[in-house]
Amino acid sequence: MTTIDRLVGAGIDRIDGPAKVRGTAPYAFEQDPGEPITHLALVQSTVNRGRISRLDPSRAEAMPGVLAVLTPANAPRLGGGLTSDLPVLQSLDVHYQGQVVAAVVAETSEIAKAAVGAVVVEYAAEPPDVALRTDRPDLYAPDKLMAGFETDSVIGDVDGALAAAAVTVDATYETPTQHNNPIEMHTSMARWEGDSLTLWDANQGPHSIVKDLVTGFGVDAGQVRVISPYVGGAFGSKAFTHPNQMLAAMAARVVGRTVVLELTRQQMFSLVGHRTPTIQRLRLGADPEGRLTAISHEVVEHTSRISEFAEQTATPTRVLYAAPHRRTTHRLARLDVPPPTIMRAPGETPGMFALESAMDELAVALGLDPVELRIRNEPDRDPERDVPWSTRHLVECLRTGAERFGWAGRDLRPGIRTDGRWLVGTGVASATYPTRRRKAQCRISVDGAGRYTVEIDGSDIGTGAWTVLSQIAADALRTDLGSVELRIGDSRLPFAGGAGGSTGLASWGTAIVFTARDLRTRLEEQYGGQVPADGVTVDGELPGESPAAKTHSMHAYGAHFVEVRVDRDTGEVRVPRATSVYDAGTIVNAKTARSQLLGGFCMGVSMALHEESVTDERYGHYVNHDLAEYHVATNADIGDIDISWLDVDDQLANPIGLKGIGEIGITGAAAAVANAYWHATGLRIRDLPITPDKYFRPR
Amino acid sequence: MDTQITLRVDGAAHPLTVDTRTTLLDALRERLRNTSPKKGCDHGQCGACTVLLDGRRVNSCLVLAVTVGDAEVTTSDGLAEGDRPHALHRSFVEHDAFQCGYCTPGQVCSAAGVLAEARAGWPSAVTDDLHAADAELTDEEIRERMSGNLCRCAAYANIVPAVAAVAEAEGVRR
Repeated sequence: MTTIDRLVGAGIDRIDGPAKVRGTAPYAFEQDPGEPITHLALVQSTVNRGRISRLDPSRAEAMPGVLAVLTPANAPRLGGGLTSDLPVLQSLDVHYQGQVVAAVVAETSEIAKAAVGAVVVEYAAEPPDVALRTDRPDLYAPDKLMAGFETDSVIGDVDGALAAAAVTVDATYETPTQHNNPIEMHTSMARWEGDSLTLWDANQGPHSIVKDLVTGFGVDAGQVRVISPYVGGAFGSKAFTHPNQMLAAMAARVVGRTVVLELTRQQMFSLVGHRTPTIQRLRLGADPEGRLTAISHEVVEHTSRISEFAEQTATPTRVLYAAPHRRTTHRLARLDVPPPTIMRAPGETPGMFALESAMDELAVALGLDPVELRIRNEPDRDPERDVPWSTRHLVECLRTGAERFGWAGRDLRPGIRTDGRWLVGTGVASATYPTRRRKAQCRISVDGAGRYTVEIDGSDIGTGAWTVLSQIAADALRTDLGSVELRIGDSRLPFAGGAGGSTGLASWGTAIVFTARDLRTRLEEQYGGQVPADGVTVDGELPGESPAAKTHSMHAYGAHFVEVRVDRDTGEVRVPRATSVYDAGTIVNAKTARSQLLGGFCMGVSMALHEESVTDERYGHYVNHDLAEYHVATNADIGDIDISWLDVDDQLANPIGLKGIGEIGITGAAAAVANAYWHATGLRIRDLPITPDKYFRPR
Repeated sequence: MDTQITLRVDGAAHPLTVDTRTTLLDALRERLRNTSPKKGCDHGQCGACTVLLDGRRVNSCLVLAVTVGDAEVTTSDGLAEGDRPHALHRSFVEHDAFQCGYCTPGQVCSAAGVLAEARAGWPSAVTDDLHAADAELTDEEIRERMSGNLCRCAAYANIVPAVAAVAEAEGVRR
């Protein structure tokens, strides 16, 4: 470590904690716009594909307290250049069910909601095309995947190697549509003063929202301010602009008042994205000792008619295990569905379910311990890019996890352990997620009294950024936490990319470290190490990705060990205990980091056992579009979970040595559960979630 | 239809006009601008809006404001005594029993309700002895009784010890 370690690493309490537990930390709707707030409610299409044939807002317009009804006929024209579903109310065409076709502004939320029911809309509709299948003739290869990954990768002769392999696995895995469902519903509150817009908004990065508002409303970036100091969860759904920001700003402009749009939970199933369903064929070939000779990972997934979202599902397969012959492919179907978006570790999460399930199946076929199988296939370089790792400690994670969990002596045979009605099994899976960083700017001021103000448009969506950025700043400035005031979550602050791709702390933290160094140098060189009475301000910047990203492969790693119990009478599945060990580089705050890794893993357990947005292929909607029917893990679903990490760092990634921990926890977690389920029952479930009914499938 | 009511919230009486359709949650958040209770679903499915009504926990999105009458409404903010946080507040911070913090005031109110229910001997679905005078808040009991409050950040494994520490201090856990 090159930075001095005083606060970095310490498990200090969240500095925003006292306000959050009392409920006084102001989220989007809870800010004071300085005038009474009017309410926006939405009319949504009931068909997936077609055109509005009749839209009559007159009854709604006549209701007392209704200020305006926006429709495609009267809504302000938005600037060209908006993509996907952002050109709201600009056309009579319908591209997905739930698309906004009208919006009511009223004095109160009750009036707005009631008026929605009084807007008459009729459609000329075509049947919905929403079924993802691998035999669709219209599957196509996108030009690129998300985050710039290549669509396909082919090395060597995969088919030849598979044909010649001593042992093979050929299996197809399916993951369903899932919805992010942060508990704070997407909320945008807009106020215009002249041509200047203020938006109090729930998002993962104010600057990225400003960009679309500028495009849509034809104003300068300086005329739009997005304020988001506290965000009630996101998991990807608040990364990009969605119709809610455009609609709130549009409605506020029309009525000349402050307008709030709080999406309903039900609306969040169509208006803010989802994780695409996937169908993945995995083929593995190995020699008798378990050394992989071939890996093939072919992905079919969906996108919407109006946007191309090409999830990078097979990309973890490009880095995780050694094999001379390898192939990954991605094919998309354009369906009449809402635009998909990122959801915690997009790509890695569904992809790792398939790869790590297949590795377990290979271990079974070989009669080999699944931990040992992974260790035997540890690559000494990135197997596809052919460059060295920056740091990679996957084997150590597996060995440490096995030790902590009590894996030694595990009987390989499935379905033979019982405890009363419960069938008991254990499973393992690896975890991996790319380590990146992005451009970020920062401003640090120090006043004559030695108090520092650190300004950067980072976001705290629950990650602990308020706390960990303060820790990094205090260390970099060689001061204490109490002397640092951090400002984040406001587009008026220096530019930074949003919280996403596990890049937040690597990007914002490094920008702070660089700027703090500049400030200390300035103080030394110009002021003899003393702060002048009127203070000093320094602007700094992290240009972007680490120079080492070109020459090295950088990733975080982990290993999950899970115990599963299955009730042999009801099929109920429980996860009473689990152990996860991570190679995530420097851990800045032991307390908040543990929570974040825990939360990621638990979302993986939730994915394994509960989460599925069920599509009705006849009527085209998500049947279970609320939290009563779309199940997420609750308190009683989570058992004893042991989270730890290796004492390592990655100086090639960034000067703090961290790798990012927002997403690594969920990767591989569902596979670990499914593998333990097989060990408990002898049943291999290849289509998530593992609901009780699947226990009673014909064997 | 509008009607005049007086809501007693966190120790203060607030005369206000509400629509007869206004929920207690919306009366608090939209009319009184008391935003300590959060809206996560508006359908009683997530628990983020949990408040105490005369000491018992309710989903305030499922209560119409006009039905509250003289009952005392307590939010998480109201559990504090001025600047002095409630024992649950301190324990939640110390155990890092939240991440984004949005479900947290509801979790805290729910936990306060759980402690009171245990003191009164109310059993839960996992209680063995339905006739015991008091209910011991084991980890299993806390998990069960706190399962009406969803936490998408999944801080559950920290919420349990956060509640347990206060339960121990209050003598409803040995």
